[in-house]
Amino acid sequence: MSPPILLTEAPALFSVDGLVGLVFIIMVAITVTGGIIACNSTRLVRAIAGLIVCFVGVAGVYYFLNSPFVAMMQILIYVGAVAVTISFAIMLAAPEEQMEIGNKGPLVGPFGFGTAALIAGSFSVLALKTEWPVMAKINDGSVKNIGIRLLTDFSMVFELISIVLLIAIIGALVIARVGREN
Amino acid sequence: MSALTLYNNLNTFLILGAVLFGIGMYGIVTRKTLIGMLIAAELLLAGASINFMAFNRFTAPDPVVGQVFTLFIMAIAAAEAAIGLSIVISVYRHFKSIDAEDTVQLKG
Repeated sequence: MSPPILLTEAPALFSVDGLVGLVFIIMVAITVTGGIIACNSTRLVRAIAGLIVCFVGVAGVYYFLNSPFVAMMQILIYVGAVAVTISFAIMLAAPEEQMEIGNKGPLVGPFGFGTAALIAGSFSVLALKTEWPVMAKINDGSVKNIGIRLLTDFSMVFELISIVLLIAIIGALVIARVGREN
Repeated sequence: MSALTLYNNLNTFLILGAVLFGIGMYGIVTRKTLIGMLIAAELLLAGASINFMAFNRFTAPDPVVGQVFTLFIMAIAAAEAAIGLSIVISVYRHFKSIDAEDTVQLKG
């Protein structure tokens, strides 16, 4: 059980709390920078590299949210599996002349930026204006508790996720096989 | 409130999630290739996961539920990436292009 530490006064930069806050700001900066690279680079390979950087930053943010297990799974699944899968697709499906494309979609420019800014801004205003009710913790959210709950309360969802993944793998193989003879 | 205590504040994480969602939305509407859109969709999922984890840490009574939900989001994202990329490879074999504008068969 770890109650939220309420710091009433600003910590010095080179105290323990201050360095923790500095590391958090660095993690947020890594996340946002990686996301911007992933969406704005002209080459797809750089976009996937930016996505990896962004996911590492998100894993750091999860660590600050008292969830080292989810942070580890984030790096394992996203950086280790999803990013590698997308890299394979870039190697298999993107010829050299299509590697440098950049942003040329229908809403590029002020319309696309306006859409994104409207959504992000309205979500932020919504988050700031709402009084979120805080409830007392009933357990500590440790890895042991996650394991117990996964195999008792969430066992049905756990099995369903396994079936979804199995069907996704089989479906991916079947879809990618179509037209291979040509 | 100092900038060094931002990590103890729920609003910081909610705004970070919203910013990631906005970046992903910008990528989806401006990218021209299907792979670029998939990369942006992963950013959208990351923003949603950060929201879940933030509420899990600060307000939820049971901090296990949000972590389990985030693990399920990761599994769904992995399935989505596998299916989407096999579709991209199939589209490339058929049209010899992964440009979303080229994948049309009807005139118009």
